[in-house]
Amino acid sequence: MSIGSRLATLRSTESPGSVSTPVVVLSAAIAATVLSPLAWLLWQASVVGVGGAVDLFTSPTAVEVLANSLALTALVTGASILLGVPLAVLTVQTDLPFRRAWTVLVALPLVIPSYIGAFAYISLPNLFETLGLTAAIGVTPPTIYGLWGTGLVLTLFVFPYVFLTTRASLLSFDQAQLEAARTLNHGYVSAFRRVILPQILPGVTAGSLLVALYALSDFGTPAMMRYDVFTRVIFVELNSFGDGRANATLFSVQLLAVTAVILALESRVSSDDTSGYGTPASSSVVLSLGRYRWLATLLPAGVTLFTLGLPVAILTMWLVRSGPGYAGGGLAFSPEFALNSVVVSALAAAATVLLALPVAYYAGRSDSRIAHLVERSTYLGYAMPGVVLGLALVFFASQWLLEAVGPGAVQVVYQSLPLLVFAYVVRFLPQAVGSTRSSVLGVDPELLGAARLLGASRRRTFRRVTLPLIAPGLLAGTALVFLTTMKELPATLILHPTGFTTIVTYIWRVQEAGYYGRGALPALVLVTLSGLSMLQILRQERQ
Amino acid sequence: MSHQRPTTDELSDPASRGDDAVTSDSRTETGGDPTDEPVLELSGVVKRFGTETAVSGVDLAVNEGELLTLLGPSGCGKTTTLRTIAGLEQPTEGVVRVRGEVVAGEGQFVPPEQRNVGMVFQEFALFPHLSVAENIAFGLTEMDAAATDERVAELLDLVGLSDYGDRSPADLSGGQRQRVALARSLAPEPDVLLLDEPFSNLDVRLRVEMREEVRRIIKAAGVTAISVTHDQEEALSISDRVAVMHDGTIEQVAAPGELFEHPESRFVASFIGRASFLAARVEGETIETAIGTFPRSLLKGLSDEYVGADVDVLVRPDDLRATATTEAEALGRVVERRYTGPSFVYHVELGDGQVVHCLHNHAENFEVGDYVGVELGADHTLAWYPAR
Repeated sequence: MSIGSRLATLRSTESPGSVSTPVVVLSAAIAATVLSPLAWLLWQASVVGVGGAVDLFTSPTAVEVLANSLALTALVTGASILLGVPLAVLTVQTDLPFRRAWTVLVALPLVIPSYIGAFAYISLPNLFETLGLTAAIGVTPPTIYGLWGTGLVLTLFVFPYVFLTTRASLLSFDQAQLEAARTLNHGYVSAFRRVILPQILPGVTAGSLLVALYALSDFGTPAMMRYDVFTRVIFVELNSFGDGRANATLFSVQLLAVTAVILALESRVSSDDTSGYGTPASSSVVLSLGRYRWLATLLPAGVTLFTLGLPVAILTMWLVRSGPGYAGGGLAFSPEFALNSVVVSALAAAATVLLALPVAYYAGRSDSRIAHLVERSTYLGYAMPGVVLGLALVFFASQWLLEAVGPGAVQVVYQSLPLLVFAYVVRFLPQAVGSTRSSVLGVDPELLGAARLLGASRRRTFRRVTLPLIAPGLLAGTALVFLTTMKELPATLILHPTGFTTIVTYIWRVQEAGYYGRGALPALVLVTLSGLSMLQILRQERQ
Repeated sequence: MSHQRPTTDELSDPASRGDDAVTSDSRTETGGDPTDEPVLELSGVVKRFGTETAVSGVDLAVNEGELLTLLGPSGCGKTTTLRTIAGLEQPTEGVVRVRGEVVAGEGQFVPPEQRNVGMVFQEFALFPHLSVAENIAFGLTEMDAAATDERVAELLDLVGLSDYGDRSPADLSGGQRQRVALARSLAPEPDVLLLDEPFSNLDVRLRVEMREEVRRIIKAAGVTAISVTHDQEEALSISDRVAVMHDGTIEQVAAPGELFEHPESRFVASFIGRASFLAARVEGETIETAIGTFPRSLLKGLSDEYVGADVDVLVRPDDLRATATTEAEALGRVVERRYTGPSFVYHVELGDGQVVHCLHNHAENFEVGDYVGVELGADHTLAWYPAR
C-alpha cells in the first residue's frame, strides 16, 4: 500500500485516534451494569407505594434520622472548613517550619478509614487509665458517643478534603495579585478577604461538598459511635425482620435524595469556576510569620496528634496490654483473614481496572456527549453510599433471583464472592477510570497517527503504542483500588460470604463484642496499608 | 554621579573625570516639576537571598516628577531593587527613604500597604473577580463612595477607557489591561510609582505605541516613577534618566543622550548601542589605530599621562563606514553582514584581527569576503578606556 492510499484510508474513515464501535458499545454496557443497582433500588422503592412512604417519612423516627444526618453533615462540614482552610494557608503561603512534612501529615488521615479512628476513640478513657492520667488528674474523660463523638472523628479524618482542594486553589493563585493588593494599601488580612478568598472559594466549596458527601454516606463511624443517621438505621433495618427491608429501601431513597442535592450543588460549583487569565505564580512565601513561626506549628502538630498520634497510641496500648479481659471469646485473629482480604482485593482491583480500560479509553479519546455521559455514569457508584449499594445487591440476589429464577440461583449468587467483587467494582470504578483516563489523555494522538501511517492496524497500534504508554496509569489505578478495597467496610459487611472473614469484618466483630484488644493488630495493619496508598497518591501527583 | 560608588577601574578612568557638561534633556522641562529634594533615596542597599547577592550596594536618588529607568541584563538585580522600594522585599543592608522618611533600614521596616508606593506588575496582576472600575477603586480605602466613583471616572478618562468600567479584566486586550493596571496604581496618588518590565507582556507593535502612552499618562499624573527593563531602546525612549545596572550595582546614572554618547564604563558602553572597541596607541598629539591616525583631541578628556599608553576607543556602527577599495589598499574584509530592514551592519575584520561594525543604508552593498577600507566619520568626541 502506498503512502497516498494509506492516507486516503485514514481520511476515509475517521481520525486515527478515534474510538471503534465495539469499544463504544462495551463502554456503554459497563456503564449500564454499574448503574443497574441504583435502577433496581428505585424500582423496589416504587413498589412500596406512596402511602407507606408518606407514613414512614413523617414518622418521628424518620424525622429524627433525617435531622441527625443533616446535623452531622453540617457539623462535620463546618468544622472541616475551620480546620482545612487555615492549615492550607499556613502550608502554602507562610514560612511555617517544615511545610512539606506538615502537608503530608495533615493530608494523611484522609486515607485512613474513619471507622479505625472511631474504633480507637471509643477507648480513649482506657488510654487515660493506662497512662496513669486518670490518677493524676482525677477525672476520666467519658467515652464520646453520639453527635459530638461522630462529628469529632469524622472531621478529623475527612477535613483533608477541604485542606487539599483549598491548597490546590492557593497554589494556582497568582501571588502577584496579593502583592498588588499590598501596594494598594491593603494589609494581609484585608487582602486575604478581598482578593484571595473570593478566588479560592470554589476550591473550598468543592472540598466542603466532598466532606458533606462523606459524612452523609459513612457507615462505620456513626455505627460505632452509636448515632442514628441514615446509614446506621438502614443497616439495622436490613438485618431485622418484618417491614425491615421495605423501611431500609425507603431510608436509602431518602439518603440518595439528600446525596443528589449535594451532587447538584457540586456540579454547579465546578461549572462556575472563573479562573484567572494570568500566569500562576510560584509557591514562594508571601506571609512571614516572624516570631509566631514556631507558635504556628502548634496547629498542624495538634491536628496530627489527634488524627494520627492518639489513635496509634490507643491501638498500640491495646496491643501491648494483654489480659484475659481484653482478648478472648473464641475470636482469635487468624492469618487466613488477612489472606482473604488480599485475595478479594486483588480480584476487585483486577476486575475494576479491566472494566475501567474501555470506559477510560473512550472518555479520553472522544469529546462526544455519549462519551461524557458514559464516564459520568460510572462515577455514580462513588456517590452511592456503600450501605445503599449493599442493600440493593442483597435485594437483587435474594428477592429478584428467587422470583425470577428460583432458590437455586439465590444459593449461587447471594453472599457469593463474585457479588462482593461486583460491589467493589461499582464503588471503585471511578478511581480506576480517573487514573487511566488521564494517562490516555497523555498519549499524543499524533503517535497513533504515526503508527497507522507505518502500516499498523488499529488493534496493533493499541497493543504496541497505547498500552505500553498507559501501563503506568493502569498500574497506579490497580494499586489504588486494591488498597481502597482492603479498607472498605459497609459493602463487605453486608455482602461477604458466610464464614469468609476479612480484616475489616474481623475488626467489626470484635468491636461489636467489645474485645478491643483483638482489633488492635488488624487496625494497625490497615493504618499501615493506608500509609502505602498515600505514597501511591503522592507518586501520582508528582507525575 | 556623586551617588555612585567608584570602583578602582573607574578611578583610573579619566572619562569619568572629564568635563561634566550635562547634556540637557528637553523632557525634564516639559513634564513634572523637578526640585532639588529627592522623593526617593536609596543608600547602600544590599539584598542577599541565602548566599546569593542580588543587589550589592545601590545608591540612587530620584527627583520629584522624574521618570527614571533601571536598565540592565536579566539577573542584574534591577527587579529586586524595585521590589525593595515597594516593600515586597526587605533589604539586607542599607536604607530606603521616601520623602525623607526611612521606610526600610535603620531597624525599621514599613510594610508595602503603608508606604504610599504604587506598582504596575509585569503580568499586570489585575483582580480577575473584580470589574475594571472595582480594580481601580481597590486602593481607595479611605474615600467615601461618591469620592471613589469620581476618582475612578477621572482615572478611566486619563487612560482613555471611560466606557470600560463595567468590563471584566479577562475581556480586555493586553494594552487595555496595562492601562487599567496603570490607572489602579495611580488612583491612591502614590508618592512613587514603580513599573516592573511594563511592556514585556505586550506584542512588539503594541509595545512601541504603549511606551508613548504610558509616558504621557505618567507625566499627566505628575507622579515620580521608576521603571525596570532590559530593553535599552525602551529605556532610552521613555526615561528622563537611565540607571544602568550590572552585577547588583549601578554603573551609571544619566540622561539618555549623555549615556549614549559618554558611557562611563566598558559595561555601559557595550550594553548600549552595539558598540565595538578599537585598539589605539597614544603618540604625542595623535593616536594610531588600525584604520588610521587621528588627532588626540578626538578622544574625550585624554590627559598627558596617557602618552605612550594603549587605549580602547569606543566606536559605534554609525561612526564607521566601509568603502570599496582594491585588495592591496584594503584595511580589512567583510566577514558577516546583517540585514536589519532599513540598513546593513557589516562586520569587518581588520588586518590585525579586530572586528568592527559599520552601518550602511540598504542601497550600499558589499558581499562577505569583499576587501574594504574603513573610514571614521564621527562628528563628536569618542569615549575611551585604558587597554586591558
